[in-house]
Amino acid sequence: MGSRLRDMIRAVRACKTAAEERGVIAKESANLRTAFKEEDQDYRHRNVAKLMFIHMLGYPTHFGQMECLKLIASPGFPEKRIGYLGLMLLLDERQEVLMLVTNSLKNDLNHANQFIAGLALCALGNICTAEMARDLAPEVEKLLHNNNSYIRKKAALCSVRIVRKVPDLVENLISSATSLLSDKHHGVLIAGIKLCTELCEANFSALEHFRKQTSSLVRILKNLVISGYAPEYDVGGITDPFLQIRVLRLLRLVGRGDADSSDIMSDILAQVATNTESNKNAGNAILYECVLTIMAIEAIGGLRVLAINILGRFLGNRDNNIRYVALNTLIKVVAVDTQAVQRHRTTIVECVKDSDISIRRRALELVCALVNESNVKTLTKELLEYLKVSDPEFKPDLTTKICYLVQKFFPNKRWYIDQMIKVMVEAGRFVKDDISRALLLLISNAAELQGYTVRSLYNAFQKWDGQESLAQVTVWCIGEYGEMLVHHMNELDGEEPVTQVTEADTVDVLELVLKDFRASSTTRAFALTALLKVSSRFPSCTERIKALVLQYKGSLVLELQQRSIEFTSILSKHENIKASLVEKMPVLDEATYIAKKVDAADVAFSTDSKSVPATVLPAVPVANGPTKSKSGTNALMDLLNLNVDEASTPSAPQTRKSAGDVLLDLLGGNSSFTSPLVASPVQGPSGGADALLDLLSIGNATSQTTSSPLSTLEPFPQRNPEAASQKPSNPVPDLLSQNTVSSQKDSYSSFTADFKKSSIPGAGFDLLGDLGIGSASSISTTGPVYPPIVAFQSSGLTVSFEFSKQSTNLPATVIHATYTNTSSNTYTDVIFQAAVPKFMQLQLEPASGNVLPANSSGTVTQVIRVNNSQHGQKSLVMRIRVSYKINGQEVLEQGQVNNFPPGL
Amino acid sequence: MIRFILLQNRQGKTRLAKYYIPLEDSEKQKLQYEVHRLVVNRDPKFTNFVEFRTHKVIYRRYAGLFFSMCVDITDNELAYLESIHLFVEILDHFFSNVCELDLVFNFHKVYLILDEFILAGELQETSKKAIIERMGELERQE
Repeated sequence: MGSRLRDMIRAVRACKTAAEERGVIAKESANLRTAFKEEDQDYRHRNVAKLMFIHMLGYPTHFGQMECLKLIASPGFPEKRIGYLGLMLLLDERQEVLMLVTNSLKNDLNHANQFIAGLALCALGNICTAEMARDLAPEVEKLLHNNNSYIRKKAALCSVRIVRKVPDLVENLISSATSLLSDKHHGVLIAGIKLCTELCEANFSALEHFRKQTSSLVRILKNLVISGYAPEYDVGGITDPFLQIRVLRLLRLVGRGDADSSDIMSDILAQVATNTESNKNAGNAILYECVLTIMAIEAIGGLRVLAINILGRFLGNRDNNIRYVALNTLIKVVAVDTQAVQRHRTTIVECVKDSDISIRRRALELVCALVNESNVKTLTKELLEYLKVSDPEFKPDLTTKICYLVQKFFPNKRWYIDQMIKVMVEAGRFVKDDISRALLLLISNAAELQGYTVRSLYNAFQKWDGQESLAQVTVWCIGEYGEMLVHHMNELDGEEPVTQVTEADTVDVLELVLKDFRASSTTRAFALTALLKVSSRFPSCTERIKALVLQYKGSLVLELQQRSIEFTSILSKHENIKASLVEKMPVLDEATYIAKKVDAADVAFSTDSKSVPATVLPAVPVANGPTKSKSGTNALMDLLNLNVDEASTPSAPQTRKSAGDVLLDLLGGNSSFTSPLVASPVQGPSGGADALLDLLSIGNATSQTTSSPLSTLEPFPQRNPEAASQKPSNPVPDLLSQNTVSSQKDSYSSFTADFKKSSIPGAGFDLLGDLGIGSASSISTTGPVYPPIVAFQSSGLTVSFEFSKQSTNLPATVIHATYTNTSSNTYTDVIFQAAVPKFMQLQLEPASGNVLPANSSGTVTQVIRVNNSQHGQKSLVMRIRVSYKINGQEVLEQGQVNNFPPGL
Repeated sequence: MIRFILLQNRQGKTRLAKYYIPLEDSEKQKLQYEVHRLVVNRDPKFTNFVEFRTHKVIYRRYAGLFFSMCVDITDNELAYLESIHLFVEILDHFFSNVCELDLVFNFHKVYLILDEFILAGELQETSKKAIIERMGELERQE
């Protein structure tokens, strides 16, 4: 029979330790189980209430789920109330049990007692599934016209949920939703306007429809603004701010991109903007919403000025909340009116230094949006000053942003180098690989600055404190331009005089890095290579270098060991070719690097701006985006890093990295990898999409620039880039021919060894051919070209997408989908369905057939048209579902496509 | 849209947790823990908004209780801040001078009030009076 709910709560509260609490709960749970088993009718609702309390404490309660359903099915209100409450707390829309409740819900929705109908609506609104939504939509729609306002408002919000679950139902709801707009009751209005907003977001024709209702929306707002004191809805002297905000938000939707409705609403917007009291939070909330609306619609200039002035006032407010929203809004405004925002620059920069991280983040983002060529110097200076004192959790963000700004707006290369060195000294830990690579690229291309750079780096390195990026850049530059450091070559005007640096000092730096416990093996590998390179230029140190290199003979890191052994042999046995072998690197090719970087950056930014609409809150591991950009970086890193870990440990990468990375490395390294590796990722289905994407972007770049992009980035000392660019289709033999001398020597360096293994002519390009995408040139040039992707792949089914786009209509994309069946069974009745987020429109054309023969012996194609209304801000995402029959057996497969190429 | 509402005390004990999106129980526990950690140590002078994963949390502290709402990144923060206050006023009115213990012992009533105030993650009623009256009627039904 058990205790009362109150007693149980007391007992739990009386517990002094967690163990004691667990004991009480275990006992109660056991009692509850027994009670449930005995079908204890009288106390069922009390038991379920206890169960909810236990659930709230975080203990398992699934054993009581059925009890909720039983309570719901019982006739009395108190039982139903607890039953529905339990349903909402203990279950959610993913439980199968929920299907059982549909019928009870249907009965209760039609119940004569308004309170019971209200309970049912509430439950439906909070947990309904798509199926329930379909089944119960007619009932809910009827209730939208109920004469009880209590029921109407609940039905309206319930419909919001239904539309979110089943967007097809929009059409049925438009007229009912419109009628809600003339309601007098605030609760109904606020719910009704929300419903209209939801409909407009889901469907374009609904938006068109509600544009015609602009004047009634304006009337609602006007009534609120001019009405006198309404005690029931008053918040600090303002009548129902919540409702005002809802109306303003809907006005924003209808006014965006529509001059007529914008015109109708401009008077009332001006009125709201000027008359709303801004000394209370409620008033500011309205002003904030109003500003957003003014900036979004086709407003006249005067109104915009008004809005921006409000933001200026916000920015000067002492309340942090208000400053936060001001910054947040200015970010959106900056695209529309940069000048107006520039006026507040000093204040914004101050906000970057605020003690509140929320404000700092917003302000930093805004500062980045404000930077241009003319103010980059002052702003970077400010940010760098701040970098020194900012707290550790903020440094990664700040560093990335500073690097981005410097890269984007540098007025001259010397300044760029100076700033990057400063950043690396202050926060080198957070400088990402691609950023230090970009710096090396720039240095490599600035012959006149190389001496200056290596000297500055040497000076900066005196303050070295384990910063990875600083070590790598310094070591690399010493390896390449070490003699400029020692001999003071290419001194610039106004350069700080350096105290005499000897060859030994330089080698000291390398030794320091090599032996420092903080340096990673990648950095050590840099240092070994640098030692080899300076060995020919610093004859006085040869013996010391030999000794240093030799120390790694027994390194546990295979890569370092290999370098050590091979370099030792170069140093001792091959003096005659050493000089030519360790010549300076050819100038790195900027164009290809930039092309590739833009690719990666696009992806990175789309994830930054959270464009992937996360349907559920727990951060869905944001699909392929970041991986892709990361693999791009890896590849680049690998490229510059001569022979990478992967080369020496061929079996490891498959387990550690995705096939995409390996492929990238393969193509990227072009010739420095063994061919057995080529085969596996191509055949292995998983991870293919990413790889394809990046492969293609390489392929495209090749065909456009008619040079072999990655091979120009190659680290081979004797390579002549021109030779390769003349015969882009066959770079490998070219490379080989220049290295013939060296490749005959079997004890040569590791890269030559790798070189030979892949001496299959044009292996990299064959690879492209294999993948069926070698025809980069055949892709039409009418619009931007996008690489095809494998959108979906399961055990038997492959869906691949090819894209085309007219440059005149960028939001629209035509996707040619191809379905292939690799299994041994024929698929019949194949139906393909797709869904996109609300801001996109999707149109599926009929498929070329509905039967997929087995073993890839035939394909079905289909054209999908997608219109991305937020083109440029958000990238495409799509959910797909394919149903088919194997021998009459229905099969359903679904998945999400996140790997669309950026820019679609 | 409101993703979830949490009511926690300073020690991190959850007094009310309402989710408008489906989540695993383990995930809910994790969220509650993270949100608590996020808001509990913030300086009272700081903003009442914290970015949280892909959303943001609007929170407000009343004595030892934290009311947190997780909302979309594009939502009006100030409005939600105001709605938290309205919710607290309603609770205060209903329990006449609400304290944490009221919420513990009458947790099911708190849920009931919340269901009258917010539905499907959206604001349902903005009049304190209407909700208090409605609660009175519901009590009489028992």
